[in-house]
Amino acid sequence: MTLAVEVIDVHKVFNAGHSQRVEALAAVDVMVGEGEFVSLIGPSGCGKSTLLRLVADLLEPTAGRIAVNGKTPRQARLDQDYGMAFQQAGLFDWRTVAKNIELPLELKGWDKAKRRDRALEMLELVKLPDRADAMPWQLSGGQQQRIAIARALASHPSLLLMDEPFGALDEMTREHMQAELLRICAATKTTVIFVTHSIPEAVYLSDRVVVMSAGPGRITSIVSVGLDRSRDEGTREAKQFYDKITEVREALRGNPVGAGRDDR
Amino acid sequence: MVFGVVFLGAWEVFVRWQHVRPFVLAPPSKVWAAGANNLEGIVDAMKVSGGNALLGLLFGTVLGCLVALFTAAVRWIGEIVNPLAIAVNAIPIVVLVAIFTRMYEADSETPRRIMTTLTAFFVVFINVSRGLRENSATHNELMQSYAATTRQKFLKLRLPNASSFLFTGIRVAAPLTVITAIVAEYFGGNRNGLGASISGFFSISKKDVGLAYVAGASVLGLLFFLLAAVLEYVSVPWQRRRVSK
Repeated sequence: MTLAVEVIDVHKVFNAGHSQRVEALAAVDVMVGEGEFVSLIGPSGCGKSTLLRLVADLLEPTAGRIAVNGKTPRQARLDQDYGMAFQQAGLFDWRTVAKNIELPLELKGWDKAKRRDRALEMLELVKLPDRADAMPWQLSGGQQQRIAIARALASHPSLLLMDEPFGALDEMTREHMQAELLRICAATKTTVIFVTHSIPEAVYLSDRVVVMSAGPGRITSIVSVGLDRSRDEGTREAKQFYDKITEVREALRGNPVGAGRDDR
Repeated sequence: MVFGVVFLGAWEVFVRWQHVRPFVLAPPSKVWAAGANNLEGIVDAMKVSGGNALLGLLFGTVLGCLVALFTAAVRWIGEIVNPLAIAVNAIPIVVLVAIFTRMYEADSETPRRIMTTLTAFFVVFINVSRGLRENSATHNELMQSYAATTRQKFLKLRLPNASSFLFTGIRVAAPLTVITAIVAEYFGGNRNGLGASISGFFSISKKDVGLAYVAGASVLGLLFFLLAAVLEYVSVPWQRRRVSK
């Protein structure tokens, strides 16, 4: 398996040299294979969002090396190798739904007709084909988040970085969105790094769950989920699903069972 | 609404029962009658004061936008101008009209228009500046992840983001310019506007007529506010949801 993301011995210190110095990440190693779905889970302050932002080149590591598709994160960002989605959909109120999806393409100088075609294709993908000319504030929270995902995937990136994208949604919508995300990823063969607070969410979605601890942020263990890729609503009631939830929960408490540190 | 009716009723009863003399306080019924008798004069005065307010609102808004854009585009100018503007805004600028009145001929409307322009300018300038600076963290990170240039960020994010702040600014500035236009008339000049008429009729103890002009001033302020609120409602529809949430 070729690697989509390599994080090697990365450290991140905020406010270095100040009294409010925070060691956000210490000696973090993660490898993410192409097409893999990896979740980062851990308590607040464990640096999972920081790690995601380092991969996205929204932050720079204090030490260590990161590669995205074999390039520096900066080059990957300039090439729009990844798309990003946040807890807030962050749609632009003054743009129609289609124009929101077109924004990353517009900034890259795509011509109008091509952008529009791509936006419609993306709307088809997130199953909102008739909302192209709606305004964001006319959509429900779940629909807005789908548009945010469509926008993140608009340039057909090989990597999708998500920071608690379903954190603000109610439970029903959330489970529905999880299933939709798996379907979309299967259709587009996108690699995903997914930050979440929710253990069931991490287990349901992921090939592997990276469990982190705080102060400073470290990886305590990596749980290989190994659920069938064609998971459905039945998966949520399967014994293996519960076993993996227990495994992740125990890893979060600090007494890891099974897999331990992954050194792939 | 109910409060208004009760208030007017209590006022009427109080004035009649206590036999308050009409040159101290007139009952609402007298004010109504005075308003009906002087309707033409009141409407004319509303046109004068309202015209000054409207001109000021227009010029002040345009000026406020231009200066806000300029200070946002050139950072070091912004760093000098922004705190200065906030400091100047804290001064009750209406008193400046006393100075302007002496700079122009006695029958000139210009000093009043300068005042209303200044009032609108500060409100709009401060609002638009905030709109250009304050973007959501998510939007900023998105633009960064798209590797957007400074120019692209300005055109696609900061500028449209400021538009909703602009209309909020206009909504706040609109009734303020009416107040400024009226108060500015207390400092001399033509005797044709609402402010001049109110002070005029009060000084000759025609309280009922004076209060009728005050009612005219309230209507004018309300008209300006409604106009600006409708403009905001239509131009930045996404603000409706945010306010009602």
